[in-house]
Amino acid sequence: MTVARRLSAEGLTLAYGDRTIVSALDLVVPSGRITAIIGANGCGKSTLLRALSRLIAPRAGQVVLDGKTLHSRGSKEVARMLGLLPQGPVAPEGIAVADLVGRGRHPHQRPLARWSTRDYEVVAEALEATGTSDLADRPMDELSGGQRQRVWIAMALAQETDILLLDEPTTFLDVAHQIEVLDLLTDLNRERGTTIVMVLHDMNLAARYADHLFALRDGRIVADGAPRDILTRELIGEVFDLDAVVIDDPVSGAPIVLPRGRHHASRSAAHPSEASR
Amino acid sequence: MTVSRSILSAPPPSARGTTASAVARGRRSRARRRVIVVGLLSAAIAGVFLMSLMVGNTFYTPDEVVRVVLGEQVAGASFTVGELRLPRALLGLLAGVSFGMAGVTFQSLLRNPLASPDIIGISSGASAAAVTGIVIFSLSETAVSLLALGGALVTAFGIWLLSHKNGFAGTRLILIGIGVAAMLDSVITYVLSRAAAWDLQVAMRWLTGSLNGADWQSLAPVVIATAILVPVMIGQSRTLGVLRLGDDTAAGLGVALTRSRLLLIVAAVALLAFATAATGPIAFVAFMAGPIAARLIGPAGSLLVPAGLVGALLVLSADLIGQFAFENRLPVGVITGILGAPYLVYLLIRTNRSGGSL
Repeated sequence: MTVARRLSAEGLTLAYGDRTIVSALDLVVPSGRITAIIGANGCGKSTLLRALSRLIAPRAGQVVLDGKTLHSRGSKEVARMLGLLPQGPVAPEGIAVADLVGRGRHPHQRPLARWSTRDYEVVAEALEATGTSDLADRPMDELSGGQRQRVWIAMALAQETDILLLDEPTTFLDVAHQIEVLDLLTDLNRERGTTIVMVLHDMNLAARYADHLFALRDGRIVADGAPRDILTRELIGEVFDLDAVVIDDPVSGAPIVLPRGRHHASRSAAHPSEASR
Repeated sequence: MTVSRSILSAPPPSARGTTASAVARGRRSRARRRVIVVGLLSAAIAGVFLMSLMVGNTFYTPDEVVRVVLGEQVAGASFTVGELRLPRALLGLLAGVSFGMAGVTFQSLLRNPLASPDIIGISSGASAAAVTGIVIFSLSETAVSLLALGGALVTAFGIWLLSHKNGFAGTRLILIGIGVAAMLDSVITYVLSRAAAWDLQVAMRWLTGSLNGADWQSLAPVVIATAILVPVMIGQSRTLGVLRLGDDTAAGLGVALTRSRLLLIVAAVALLAFATAATGPIAFVAFMAGPIAARLIGPAGSLLVPAGLVGALLVLSADLIGQFAFENRLPVGVITGILGAPYLVYLLIRTNRSGGSL
């Protein structure tokens, strides 16, 4: 069902006005995998994601989707290949869940055409997949933050794209809902082969859920690879200017980062764990 | 919330079919309300339209009115109805549709009910250009319409330019627009005061909007503009619905932002300008029509057509009330102003409290 599409950036330079955010960046998004972009505030991770989704035009270089420059493709064509869930999307007052999810069909619909049988099926499938079919007729305003985020993901699913880009899909969610959303994205990746690229604030969740990390600092990629291979004390220092201890997560086996900070560090805790890495 | 199994593990196809039909049922029931409201609005418009052809210094029966509309010669009625009341009612209808559709387009694009073109100065721009053309240069109807279009476009562009600094903030645009509106209103007052023949009717028309003086000639540009632009706007209604999700989401869903916004804004400004050139800026119709339509039809579907209908109903009934409910004949804009001003105050209070959107 899913085609393994290739998304990459070549010599990508991004700027707002005369402020350069990202300069001459190259990357290849691993197809069919989950990728997380991590980095400090203002390092350019959201800007990079926006460029990968055609929201901003590069100052130099290009984003390439299946061998063709993203910006030379039509906007509807791109929207059928690549979905985007921006940070803090807004729902019109009172809109029903099913209608919002139905907006995901926009790139597949002609201006005045009615919904096709396929539209109904895909929307139903997206609701089922995100566990929101019971909410279909409820207005968005009545839902909890976690439910709302699942509905937005359902909208992106209804778009039927092979690549899904998400800008901090877990912000404003409590920890249970963060896990729920990331589990859902993992299901999506494993069962449909959807390529997922997301900006994540939480390094530990990124390390656990992503197959691949891009660590950004000042608009450059400092390290790129599997969390287990690249997430080290040195990298955390380089990316966040933060002294930390990196240990193995007893739940998932992924690396876990424990920032040291200026307080609360007991000496005994530091040494054995560092020996383990 | 514990999720032990994969949420994606597909339910049996029959269950999915059930969900699909549940979605279809839900959409149908939401659509039903919309169909009913649109039907009722159309019926109400037809009623008020007919009434405004019948009522006046002389009362004509529906039968006489219909015969005149069908082109028969009816003694007395042919002139009064055919030359005075019919163009007036048609102008009210089309101007109302234009104001309503233009207003809701701006409100949806900027996601703020205050961002209506009559609040942010675009109507004043059209009006100032039109009044200058008429009072100072004595231009023809078509020339005045085009001048109004120019005035409205220049105003829209100017407001955009002034508020477009380091990105785009809707609130800044609205505040600048309110300032620009005040400036242009003083231009209108100045031009009127310079006019050799100071005429209260003319002044009222350019300050609050009026259907007085409507004739077939002044109607022609409005008919042409609505015939072209209303279908264009309706063709964009789904895009407008997607744009209400925010620019980023809309772009992610394949909306070509710059092109769609430009098309919608130019079409809305043109509709507004042609109507304003004929009637003046009928107060608050563009501002009220969208939110009233939204209240009536609920959250399902596009607001464009319902807002156009609400606009038409507002203008036609306000004109009828203004003409006959009081001892003096009041221009339509005075009545819509009386309705709109409290709503503006209410909205300002509510927006201040919650930062809500349309």
